[in-house]
Order: sequence, then C-alpha cells, then structure tokens
Amino acid sequence: MKIHEYQAKEILKKYGVPIQDGVVIESKSEGKEAVQRVADQFNTSQFVIKAQIHAGGRGKGGGVKFCSDADKAIENIDKILGMQLITHQTTPEGQPVNKVMVAQAIDIAKEYYVAITLDRAVGKNVIMASTEGGVEIEEVAAHSPEKIIKVWVDGTVLHAYQARQLAFGLGFEGELFKQAVKLLTNLYRCYIETDASIAEINPLVVTEQGNLLALDGKFNFDDNAMYRHPEIKEMRDLNEEDPTEVEAGKFNLNYVKLEGNVGCMVNGAGLAMATMDIIKLQGGQPANFLDVGGGANVETVKNGFRIILSDPNVKAVLINIFGGIVRCDRVANGIIQAVSELGLSVPVVVRLEGTNAEIARELLSSSGVDIISAGSLEDAAEKVVSAATR
Amino acid sequence: MSILVNKESKIIVQGITGSEGSFHAGQCLEYAGNVVGGVTPGKGGQTALDGRVPVFNTCVEAREKTGANVSLIFVPPAFAADAIMEAADAGIEVIVCITEGIPVADMVGVYAYLQTTSSRLIGPNCPGLLTPGESKVGIMPGFIAQKGRIGVISKSGTLTYEAVHQLVKVGLGQSTCVGIGGDPIIGTKMVDLLEMFEADPETDAIVMIGEIGGSMEIEAAHYIKAHVRKPVIGFIAGQTAPPGRRMGHAGAIVSGADESAEAKMKIMRECGIHVVDSPAQIGVTVRTALGVQVA
Repeated sequence: MKIHEYQAKEILKKYGVPIQDGVVIESKSEGKEAVQRVADQFNTSQFVIKAQIHAGGRGKGGGVKFCSDADKAIENIDKILGMQLITHQTTPEGQPVNKVMVAQAIDIAKEYYVAITLDRAVGKNVIMASTEGGVEIEEVAAHSPEKIIKVWVDGTVLHAYQARQLAFGLGFEGELFKQAVKLLTNLYRCYIETDASIAEINPLVVTEQGNLLALDGKFNFDDNAMYRHPEIKEMRDLNEEDPTEVEAGKFNLNYVKLEGNVGCMVNGAGLAMATMDIIKLQGGQPANFLDVGGGANVETVKNGFRIILSDPNVKAVLINIFGGIVRCDRVANGIIQAVSELGLSVPVVVRLEGTNAEIARELLSSSGVDIISAGSLEDAAEKVVSAATR
Repeated sequence: MSILVNKESKIIVQGITGSEGSFHAGQCLEYAGNVVGGVTPGKGGQTALDGRVPVFNTCVEAREKTGANVSLIFVPPAFAADAIMEAADAGIEVIVCITEGIPVADMVGVYAYLQTTSSRLIGPNCPGLLTPGESKVGIMPGFIAQKGRIGVISKSGTLTYEAVHQLVKVGLGQSTCVGIGGDPIIGTKMVDLLEMFEADPETDAIVMIGEIGGSMEIEAAHYIKAHVRKPVIGFIAGQTAPPGRRMGHAGAIVSGADESAEAKMKIMRECGIHVVDSPAQIGVTVRTALGVQVA
C-alpha cells in the first residue's frame, strides 16, 4: 500500500524525523488561509506548493512549484489543485490532483538520499544512503554505484555503530553527525514499527541553517501486515488506484488492467502470467491479469467475468483453470451461470484441466452455452487470439 | 530416491483442525498414508481426520510421540511465523509452510532464526512437496503426477501443475516436485534444490520455473553453469508483465531491469539452461534435452 507525501511526513514527524512541514488543502477556497497559516506557523514568506499524488516525478510534471511570495503561492494552488498531473509514473492521461501541500520553502545547502527496504537475496533489511540526493537514485545506482552506501541490519534495531557508519559515510561532522545518527535510528524504528516495505527520503537536505530535514517522504507498506496497523490502513486513497482493480479486490480477485484486447481469467499468479505470455507469443495482447485464486467458485467466476468485460477493449476472453484444490466442475458451473446471467458479448475460450476436468467438460457441452472449448494451453491461446482478431 | 521427502517421511500437520488443514491433511494421508499426527494448541488429546490421527498441543510433544520429521503448516498468517519456529525448535527436519499472506517482517525474523537451526523450510505461500507415489506434503493434486526421474522446482502453484501435466503427457514422471513459493522471503531457494537434485542419483533432468521479480533465477543460473551437469529446462513467467506492477505474488514485481523476464531468460540461456519462451513447450523441451544428452 502506498501513501501520499503529507501522510509520510506525518508518520516521520511522529518518529522524530525532522520534516519540511506545511498545510494540506483540498479546495482552492482554502488557499489563502493555508498560505497565511504556513507563513505564521513557520515564520516564512516563501512557499512551495506540492501536488499530492502517489506517482513520482511530480516536480518534472509541473506539480511542485516554488513561490517567492504569498500571491504567487495562491496563484500556484489555483493552477495545481485539480490539474491532471502527468509524470513518467502515471498513465498517459495523468492523475488528478485532489490535494496540495502548502509547505515552507527551505534554503538548501546540500541534498542526500536515504532509504530502507528489504534485500530479498539475504533476507535482511538494508539501509541505503547517498550524497547524491534529489536525483533519481536508479541513475546513481546504474552509473556510480560506489556512491551508495549500504548497511544490512540484523533484526529490528539499527545498532549505534551502524548508524555511525552511515553518518560518517555521508561525510557528516559535528552537530550534523549527531542529527544524522538520530535521524537514521528513528527512521529504521519507523520502518520496522509500521511494517513498511520501503521508507525513502529523497532528498534529505542540510539547510542553510545547518539542520537535517526530510524534504520529501515516500512509504510503501506490506499489505499482509496492515491488519495490525488500522491507522495506516485508513491512509489508503482509493482515488489513486484503478477503480476496476479496487472493485476486483472486493471479491478477492487479483486484477491488473493492461492495454491489450484478450481478457484472461486464470487460477494462480504464475499460471496467469504464463497465460498472458502465451497469448502474446500467439500474436495477441493480454487485456489484463486476473488471478481468481484458490477459491474459484460460481461467485468469483461471475464477478471475474463482469470485471473483464467492463473493459471495452476486450474482444475475446480466455478462461484457463488448472484445478488442484479448485474443482473444475465448480468453475464450469460458474461459467454457465455467468454466461446465462450476463450474456455473451464476446467469444469465450475455456480450457479446464486437472481435478474433475472431465465432468466439467461434459457440464459445459451439455449446457449449450456458446463457448469455445480448448485442450492444451497452446490450443487455448491460439483459439482466443484468433477469436479476438476475427 | 527423491529429495526432501520419501516413503519413510512421517508428517505432522500444524493447524490440522482448521478447515484447510483438515482437508489437505486428509488428502496427504490418503495419498501415502504417512500423516502421523497434528498440532493445534488447546486441542491436544483429541483426534483428527475421523479419528485416524492424534492431535497434540505442541510440536515437541507431537515429535516425541510420533517420531515425525516433517511438518506441514496451515496456520493463519498472523500465527504462521510462530508455527514455523515452533516446528524448528522441536527439531523437525523439513517444514513446509503453505500459509499465504505472512507479513514480511515476521519472515525476516523466521529467516534469521532458522539460520541457527538445522531445519529446512519450504515456502511459505507455496503448494509444498510431492514425491510421486511416496509422499505428498502440501496441496499439489497427487493424481496429476507420476513417479519418474525429472525434478521440478517452481515459484508458482498452478504453473507447476501445468508443467507436471506436460511432463506426464510426454511420458516423463517426476522424482520430486517442489513449490518454493513466491514471497519475498522463502526458506529454500532454487540454488538449494538444484544442489539436491544434482546429487540425487534418481533425477535425470531438472525443470526450473521462475517469475519476474527478485534475483533468485539469476543466482540459480550462475550456480547451474558452475555446478550442475544435468540438463535444466527453464521458464520465466511474466514476459508481458508491465514494470512496477504487482502480479499477485508479493514477489512478482519488477523493480529493476535485472528482474525482468527478458533479462533473466537471457542470463539463463548464457548459463546453458534450455529456456523456453512458451509455457506450453516445457514438457517437449525436457524430452528433447534428455534425448540430446542420451545421444
């Protein structure tokens, strides 16, 4: 699960990580008052207006503006709030900006990067820090990996010597060194206690006044652990997610919309990806990823159908079920029921294999529903691609 | 022979009184008759599977009373990490955790703990182990497999079934099928299993099915080049998956160029693996690879 910058900063603040603060508003009418409040609260006459969307690259897309006075700040609030912000991480249509942060402008002396995530290869969390902040860290990693310092942490506490190792590595001295050690220790505690999968501060800045400050904050959280963090779960912003994917989630269906025209419904993530792959190899383009999971029954099949067909690009559908725990006869009943209730607007190719596959095939053929039956995986992909292009 | 489990294995099922646990424990018992007990805290002294196996309160007790050396876990995600550590602490040699949705942080703790024990964990979030005709420890449908000489390693559940099905269709049985799981942290990686299959005199070739995300397949490819003489047939699911999107498995997310299907397949080919582009070609490619080797 992802959250907005302002929410990330709320969390960081709670953990004693100094942040660039501000006020978040959702309507233009609040603009003037918000600017005044930031001016008073942080004793500043300059501001930064920051669009609150999950996607990165906001600055380049025109969603972050420095404002040298209050009038310009209000002007930029008007511009940014409600805009369709297009970045390299959004869809080509962009993402509507429903919230902006009116933040204090900061005089920056130097920018750094710090992030914590899981290193799957060793099964430990790793803290990465770099003096090359404010830029895309992927670039740094690709061109000058030696500029990224890494420390792997055993367990739930960052040892003092490890925090020192990082702070020294970044070249901090004196007061800043002390601030850095404290910040890193707190950030790690925050990462652990919130079940984050990524905690990133880019840039972490040293101000002209000589203090460390998080200018931005990015968190991803482990969905599997959100049951123990109701307060974080509440931060979820459904406006940032694809509505069809949200709808699918309600039925425990794992759906990801893609660009093609062949819809697919499969049990299991690996087989679902493999099915998409073979559709492509046969010359088609998958319209979606849809994993109906281990509990495929009449309801899941029906809802899956409805969700796939809600995409107007879909010209044919492939149902590929390899029954293990899932019984094919149940899936077949689901297909028959779905087809009779929803009608068939596009050709449907069905391939059922595994537990009770024979019974399922008989059910389908005797039901009279107008589906195309397929044998092997290859046969199914061929048939659905030709149906979609017909 | 086989790897990890065989007809001598004695299995206990943690969470045997739950609906998933009892159903699959029953299936495993019917497959090979070697489920010897179950563990559900607070239900010790009862029986499960229609009175066929005893239930114990703790893994230690279950091991002492039954001599179990394998544990199969169906405990809910919030309690699964604890269940794994309990099994390891009781000295269970092979622990198979089916549970899906365990918090990553819990698994970080488990992973570190297991390094201090001699137990081997398979999974979590996996279909488990199947040594055809000898032992089923997990949820793989036993009837699709056939005893034979191909080792199968896979990150995925149903895609494993697909591969096994294709193998049987071309007349090839399996020595052992291992679903390692798709989570960010798993107990046993591809490299560990490659080592076991390479050493197993009754395995002739290895099928290795990976996915986008992570670097395990790349580590495996380098290992194969250096240490594995048996033919390895590989497939990577997710060639069409867009970068940055999660595809069901927590692990199946591409975050860097190296983790894409294309990059993995390229390195695997360079390391001498028979990589198939199409998931429909797994079975026939194993046949060809074996034919080439015999000739």
